[in-house]
Amino acid sequence: MVKKIYADNAATTALSPKVLDKMMPYLTEIYGNPSSIYAEGVKAHNAIDTARDEIAKCIGASANEIYFTSGGSEADNWAIKGAAHSMLKKGKKHIISSAFEHHAVLHTLDALKKEGFEITLLEVHEDGVVRPEDLKNAIREDTGLVTIMYANNEIGTIQPISELAEICKNHNIIFHTDAVQAIGNVEIDVHNQNIDMLSLTAHKIHGPKGCGALYIRKGIRIPNLIDGGAQENGRRAGTEHLAGIVGLAEALTLAIAEMNERNKKLIAIRDKIIAGLLKIERSRLNGDPVKRLPGNINMCFEGIEGESLLLNLDLKGISASSGSACTSGSLDPSHVLLSIGLPHEIAHGSMRLSFSDDNTMEDADYILETVPPIIEKLRAMSPLWEKIKKEEVLKV
Amino acid sequence: MAYSEKVMDHFANPRNVGEIENADGIGEVGNSKCGDIMKMYIKVENNIIVDVKFKTFGCGAAIATSSMATELIKGKSIDDALKLTNKAVMEALDGLPPVKVHCSVLAEQAIKAAVSDYYTRLGIDPEPIVGHIHTEDCEHGCCNA
Repeated sequence: MVKKIYADNAATTALSPKVLDKMMPYLTEIYGNPSSIYAEGVKAHNAIDTARDEIAKCIGASANEIYFTSGGSEADNWAIKGAAHSMLKKGKKHIISSAFEHHAVLHTLDALKKEGFEITLLEVHEDGVVRPEDLKNAIREDTGLVTIMYANNEIGTIQPISELAEICKNHNIIFHTDAVQAIGNVEIDVHNQNIDMLSLTAHKIHGPKGCGALYIRKGIRIPNLIDGGAQENGRRAGTEHLAGIVGLAEALTLAIAEMNERNKKLIAIRDKIIAGLLKIERSRLNGDPVKRLPGNINMCFEGIEGESLLLNLDLKGISASSGSACTSGSLDPSHVLLSIGLPHEIAHGSMRLSFSDDNTMEDADYILETVPPIIEKLRAMSPLWEKIKKEEVLKV
Repeated sequence: MAYSEKVMDHFANPRNVGEIENADGIGEVGNSKCGDIMKMYIKVENNIIVDVKFKTFGCGAAIATSSMATELIKGKSIDDALKLTNKAVMEALDGLPPVKVHCSVLAEQAIKAAVSDYYTRLGIDPEPIVGHIHTEDCEHGCCNA
């Protein structure tokens, strides 16, 4: 039997059985509409209140600062479009972000640009980390919003969020962060860290798909993205995804309760694989080796193309992802890999492995056994590798 | 996006991989910036392609179309090889996802490039026979970026 290793937890995670247990009653017997006043409705409403309290505690917020959404993309859209439109009233039209944000942020900014907003994307440098100095230099009189992701989804680099947010506070600028990848993996305290808005989602931390939240600091007014009923204090309409909300709270609570222990284990797995795979000639680790998510590995192997590496890994039972053009569905390789300065031909040969608590040290060993022969096989049939080797000979 | 079983078979067990020493024609198309390069080697006797080998840097579809294209021209006359279309390669593979059609075009072009090189070595101008080959271009146009 072929071994199965799921190493694409940055894409999505398996639903935890504990989370499912918590959700199950809300998919079966507790079906009332949380807005209804009879007993079934009250039960549902109470479950949402409890979930909101739990989530608020997990990130150092107050319960009335948590708004449930359909996921990370909606939270990002709402936060950014909302803040942009409300800052217009103060005559501000400049937004600062970074070059390697998730498309939920970048494409939202593109839409705002068409409306006349001006966007500055900060460089993320070779190590995939935004510099607070760069932010300071980019701030203008009319800057009203800064949105920088907490941790990158492809290369896992963790940003200096506290420093960035403090700069924004001092300049009276709203600071939003897309924490979809970071949540549950790093300690977050929105009040202490001066974060004004934060997007999170359940399905990256073993919760259900289709449920997320936006934290909006008390006092910040942004227009609604979804108008309708009075749910979420009148700020986000739509009958609540009750089971999803309960699942999100449970997933986040579990993720944070087990964080320190899990991170120790994941860092050991991660660093063992990185050290092993870096022995392959002309390989490189993308992003800072230390300031990165405990479960993230992103590497490039010259002379090969990412999709053919992934297909070969899949044949050996390993699920991974790549930033090659062929897997991104676009013409260019991943904008994240290009943003850290990789040339196209190297970016095409990338592989991302992302781990969760379900992974083991045995998985690391199997990956270390499996990857090098695949690279060797692909290089043996690659005319690009042939060229690279010829150039090497010429240089010597 | 899912590949057909035939594509996966040719990807996992590509036929005719390698180089031919003293090849009569070598063609290379695509470029590393776009993420695919195909290099095709042919051995010709009495106008028949008696042997063909390839090396490819690229995605699953690029490898599978190279493999299938070599199978389709091995033992065929040069004229027949030149008639091979990307469509025929795709059909032989039970289809390709729409975003991968350019890989089959690359395979067709690689054969033409190898034949073109064969004629050039013989001192014959290949262009009237083979036509113009876009060795550096890629169908999806990323090179223009």
